[in-house]
This record gives sequence, C-alpha cells and structure tokens, in this order.
Amino acid sequence: MAAVNPAISDIHADEHDHKPHGFLHRWLFTTNHKDIGTLYLVFSLTAFFIGGSFAMLIRAELFQPGLQLMQPEFFNQLTTMHGLIMIFGAIMPAFVGLANWMIPMMIGAPDMALPRMNNWSFWILPFAFLLLVMEVFLPGGGPQGGWTMYPPLALEGGANVAFMIFAIHLMGISSIMGAINIIATILNMRAPGMDLLKMPVFVWSWLITAFLLIMVMPVLAGAVTMLLTDKFFGTSFFHAAGGGDPVMFQHIFWFFGHPEVYIMILPAFGIISEIIPTFSRKPLFGYQAMVYSLASIAFLSCIVWAHHMFAVGMPLGGELFFMYGTMLIGIPTGVKVFNWVSTMWKGSITFETPMLFAIAFVVLFTIGGFSGVMCAIVPADFQYQDTYFVVAHFHYVLVTGALFGIMAAVYYWLPKWSGNMYSEKWGKIHFWSSVISVNVLFFPQHFVGLAGMPRRIPDYNVAFADFNMMSSIGGFWFGLSQFIFLGVIIHCVYYSRQRATAQVWEGARGLEWTLPSPAPYHSFSTPPVITDDMLAHGNVTH
Amino acid sequence: MISSGVMRVRRAVAGLAMAASGLALANPQPWQLNMPTGVTSISERVHGVHMLAFWVCVAIGVIVYGAMVYALFKFRKSRGAVPAKWSHNTTMELIWTTIPVIILVAMAWPATKLVVDMANVESSEMTVKITGYQWKWRYEYVEYFGKATPVNFVSTLDAESNRVRQTGSGLDPHSVQEGGENVYLLNVDKPLLLPVGVKVRFVITADDVIHSWWVPDLGWKQDAIPGLINGNWTRIDTAGTYRGQCAELCGKDHGFMPIVVKAVPKAEFEQWLATQESAAAAAKTAQAAPVATTATQG
Repeated sequence: MAAVNPAISDIHADEHDHKPHGFLHRWLFTTNHKDIGTLYLVFSLTAFFIGGSFAMLIRAELFQPGLQLMQPEFFNQLTTMHGLIMIFGAIMPAFVGLANWMIPMMIGAPDMALPRMNNWSFWILPFAFLLLVMEVFLPGGGPQGGWTMYPPLALEGGANVAFMIFAIHLMGISSIMGAINIIATILNMRAPGMDLLKMPVFVWSWLITAFLLIMVMPVLAGAVTMLLTDKFFGTSFFHAAGGGDPVMFQHIFWFFGHPEVYIMILPAFGIISEIIPTFSRKPLFGYQAMVYSLASIAFLSCIVWAHHMFAVGMPLGGELFFMYGTMLIGIPTGVKVFNWVSTMWKGSITFETPMLFAIAFVVLFTIGGFSGVMCAIVPADFQYQDTYFVVAHFHYVLVTGALFGIMAAVYYWLPKWSGNMYSEKWGKIHFWSSVISVNVLFFPQHFVGLAGMPRRIPDYNVAFADFNMMSSIGGFWFGLSQFIFLGVIIHCVYYSRQRATAQVWEGARGLEWTLPSPAPYHSFSTPPVITDDMLAHGNVTH
Repeated sequence: MISSGVMRVRRAVAGLAMAASGLALANPQPWQLNMPTGVTSISERVHGVHMLAFWVCVAIGVIVYGAMVYALFKFRKSRGAVPAKWSHNTTMELIWTTIPVIILVAMAWPATKLVVDMANVESSEMTVKITGYQWKWRYEYVEYFGKATPVNFVSTLDAESNRVRQTGSGLDPHSVQEGGENVYLLNVDKPLLLPVGVKVRFVITADDVIHSWWVPDLGWKQDAIPGLINGNWTRIDTAGTYRGQCAELCGKDHGFMPIVVKAVPKAEFEQWLATQESAAAAAKTAQAAPVATTATQG
C-alpha cells in the first residue's frame, strides 16, 4: 500500500526545502500550502484588528446614553463594516488558512491538490478587502444598511453599493476556489490507509464546510447581483413599486446566510475535536457520531434559513416548518457537546492554553446554543428578533465559538508551524483576560435585549445605560487583551528559544505530529505508513 | 456615589416588585433582567414559552456543566488520573439523542398553539393601519366596530428627546422625564390611543424602506414592508402607556422613531375618537371647499 516509486520520491527529495528566494518571489508567487496558509492567517489577524477597532468605536459611542462621538450615519457604517470585515475578512480566511496549513499534513499529502489556484484564491482577498474598506473614505462614506444588505435600505447608498457588491463577489470567488481546492485535496490526496472514516474530524469538518461553501456562495453572488442591477440598471427585483418583492431578497440572502453561519462554526467543531482528545489523553468519544452529526448539522442548516425572518409575516405553515427545523439542529449539536464532555470523562486532563480555549469553547458556545434554541421558538422570537438578545446570541456563537476555536487552533499548532514553543504563561494570561472580558462584554447584552433594546441603534434610553456601560468596559478590555495574543505569536515565531519537539504535546495523535517541528516546506513527499494508533480517535471499529 | 448606587438598586427592586404585582410597567427599568410579562393574554403566553425554554436550558446546562466541572476536577493528570481506553457507549449515545427529542417536542407544543392563536385576526372589533416612514409612524383608524373613520395622524419622536439626542448636544438624557419616568427616545408627540378590552387588528406596511413595529408589552413585533401588508392583533387588558421602538434598521434615524401606545377605557377612547372625527371632518370641509368650486366651474 505504501509502496512508492523510488524515482519519484528521489525527485521530491531533491526539491525538499527549496524555498523560493526573495520576499516577493516567496510570498507573491507561492504555491506552497504552508506559505499560503500563513498568508491567510496573517491576513485574517489584520482584518480581526481592523474589524475589532470598528467594534471599539461602536462600544465607545454606546458607553453612555446620548450621542457624544459621532453622527448616526457613521455609526451605521461602523456596524455594517464590522459585520462584513469580521465575517469575510477575519473568521472565514482564518479557517481557510488553518485548512491550508493542516489538511495536507493531516492526510499525509505533499501539498494541496491545486497549488496555483490556491495562490490565486488568496491573492484575490487583499484586493477585495481593500475595495470594501476604502468605501469608508469615499464621499458619502461606506454602506450603512447593515451587513445583511436588506433592500430597499441598502439601495439608498451611493457608489459604495457597487464597491461593496464587487468586494463580495471577489470574496465569494476566493471562497469557492478555496473550497474546490480543499475538496480536491481531501478526496484525491489522502495517503494510503487514510480511509474517509479514519480522517481527523478537523478534515471531515472542512470537507463538509467546503461543500456548503460551493452550494451557497453562488447564491449570495446572485442576490447581490440583483441588488446591483436594481441599483444601477433599472431592474425591480426587490422594488415593490416595480412589481418586485423586498422579502425575496431576505429569502435568497438567508439561503446563503444560514449555511454561512455553519461555515463559520463547523471547522471550529473540528478543531475542538482534535484538541480535547490530545489534552485528555483519551481517544475522541463517538468518532462516527461526531462525523454524522457534522453532516446532519450541515444538511439541516440548508433548510432553516427563514428563522431569521419570523417577523416578516410568513404564512403560519412556514413559521412552524422553520421553527421545527431549527429546533432539530439542537439534537446533533447536543450530541457533539455530550461527546466532548465524554471525551474528557475518565481522561487524564492537563490545562495548556489550547485546552483552556477548547473548554471555554464548549461552555460558552453551549450558551450560544441555548439562546439559539430559545430564538427558534417563534412566539418568543417575536420578542427577541432584532434586539440585543440576538446580538448576544450570535456573538457567543461567533466570538466564544468560532474565534475561540481559531485561537485554540493557533496555540495548538503554532509550535508545529514555527518550531518554537510559545510562552505558556502569556498564553494563559491571554486566555483568562479574554474569557472573563468576553463575558462582561456579551452577557449583559442578553438583559438589555430582553428589556427591549433594539440592535443597530446608536443611542438608547437611560434604563439600558448600566448594562451598556458594563458591556463597553468588557469590550475595551477584550480588545486590549488581543494585543497579548499578537505579542505571544510574535514572540513565539521570532524570539522564543524553547524549541518544539515533533510530538509537541504528550497526548497528540495524528500524522502532523510525525513530521518534525517546524514542519518541512513540503509535507509528505512520500506517503506515510499509517497505523491506527497515529489517529486522534484511535481505532474507530470498536 | 454610594447613595446613588443604593437609589438605583432601590429603583430596580421597586421595578421588580411592580412587575411581580402585575402592575403594567410602561418603561424598561434600570438593571431589568427579563422580558416584560406585558399587558395582553398573548404577551403573557409569550413570556410563558420564553420562561419554559429558559428553564429547560438551565436544567440542561446544570447537567452538562456539572458533568464537565466534575470531569475537570476529578480526571486531572496532576491528581494521577490514568486515561481510560474506551471511546464508545451506544446506550449513552442513544439516550442523549432521544431525550432531547422529547424535550423539544414538549417545548414546541405550547409554542405551536401560541403561534396559531397569534395568527388568528378574526372577530376583531377595530382596525388600525400602521405605515412606517423614515423616521416616523402614521396611524390610520380604518374602522371602529364596523364604522369607517377618517382619523389619522403621524407620530414622531418628542421634541425634548430630539433636542437632547443631537450629536454633541451636551444635554443630559437623564433630564428627559414624563410622569416621573425617564422617557428619553421612548416618547412621541402623538401616542397611538387604543381602547382597553377591544380586539384591535393592525394592518402594517411601510412607504420607503422596511421598518418593524414593536411594543414589548404587547408581546410581538411585526415588520412593516413596502408593497406588502402584514396583519397582527392585540387586546390590551390594562390601561396604561406602553413604549417601544422601530426594530428593523431603516437608515440614519432608526434609533429615533419610537412607538407609544396609550390604552384608555373604552368610553374615554370613544369620546376621543369622536373629537378627532369632527376635527378631521372640519379640516376636510375647509380643504374641500375651494376644490368643489373649481370642480363645478370645470
């Protein structure tokens, strides 16, 4: 099975560690999965700080009632751009970066299947992002209609509508190419013996996510193209006066938007399913259930989109269908949480930084899941919809869910990438500072939402003042804490003197840990021979 | 500092006590933690399904987090825990897939009955048409017990809040008071007057962009969408003033188009409606007179 043509292997061996010379040559023309992964991750971190600074401005204005700092127009730009930047600039590219770095190493491949397309799909992104961010400096400013771009409001913008739509088109193309590459790699490049049902759960989560991306990104492209022609070419897809329907946009948008939510969380599920077994020193509980629950979450995510629209006036049957469908997602998600806890049960647990983030993920993502089930209940959602309760819900899912998953992954694999150990002390300081502040930031938002504070408002009644001030203090604290993260990464990559071993973590299983640290420029030039004890989930047949 | 903190706590406690005693709260209260029970049978049931879902989540949370905390203390390497080898338990997996199904059905059942009742606008006794504009609401009293009325008016943010909310006004939002309550951004020039104990049907639409009409004490919000007409209804049990806000981003002054519903006894409402009707009729004749002359000349 693992027999390799020695001639081919020799050629590969010759190329080993032939990094291109010169900064531009290496980073601009690179087709190497690790370099491209690094580019994605650096890009994502940059976008995270830009989107985060927008959030800081939002929280500064909401620090107390009354408008102190800005006009409402600018506030609306901030909320719109914060959403777009964090989703398309920070979270999604971070997961693609992790996929690029880890998937070839985890399945025993030398690189991604389509390396040139890989380069192209990354290098579209900075330009798309530039188009998006430069709008803020255009006359008339950036888009103010929210990241959901609901017409007719979104069409009231000026030139920024065109900029935003082209930026979204480019990001969509980039995502689709990234997804094609990941599917091609996983289906074609696995080392002999790496059967589908032996793949690490992170690889599974990305395989499923990639199919979701290919399914829904073209739908988003269609929706924004219709916005474009409505705005500039006289069509009336969404103009009621011309026979169009504003609600149709919402249906199309959320047909993309709900699977998108899972695009941003499934890879995090995968990461957590790698980290918890490592630091519990025990195989992942219920490997097959984990894979099947990923698949059923992905399927259900495609048929529940209108739960974002319970207040638009759907027919009774529609409200009930989307309520039941949404509640069902609680079941596979519950299975995942129970399986993570069972993995820790009777393990031998240690608390390195990746494990701390993984534990926080399980606890806090579950809070987001609870409020998600509450939002699924249609009559209750008539109250929750478009309030801070929903803001709290999706930030628990996306910040303490997706983002904590990414941070856990960075701490987990950084020693493998850089060959150095990060500072465990500062990693833990970053963790505790983040996990406390993020709750000070988002938990009170549940209360103001239930008390009646709508989202996307720049100013509010004094009754909401105390919790908003608390939330802002948590926000600034959380924002500042992320400079510790930046510091830990820079220190680890450039200054740390503590070398990482190949294994890095005592309980780590999986092919990536059989490579030296830092991982060689080309991962597996010859397919590795795989034994069951190399896999994080052990032997899945019993 | 301390005394103002104590005052705040007292006010919050007073608020909670009022909520508990069933008195209608017109405003959100400082440190308010939960959804208002509201002043209609529907809003009480909405609060009911909300609390049911909440306590189910709390119960599941106690079990899951309890198991997790136990594992994190008990199975530490530093306590000499030796990892087990197992990675499956079909019985357990079946149990924790089946029990959530039962819990979900138990939650969906009352919710379904409630959605069905909320959708039933039949046998309403009056109709109010609500139209959202950037950034105000128009209320048209279409009919009252089958009799058409010409009464309609526009309701916008009150002048005091509007003065204070200008960027850099330097004015204190705490100073915007009415009837001993702070009404900053929650007050209008003309509230929507409704009779107590009457089933009111709302037809809701918008003229420019999408808005959403929301009064938490009535238990629901409904999007106001240009080109579409949405229906909803309420029957208010208790007289009082109930405040809400537009809940769908609708442009720069989205945060500044509040909703105030004033529920009054039926007799008082009928008296008010009659006054409004005669005022509307007078205005109509005054307007129509020159038009009529031109028409005969033509």
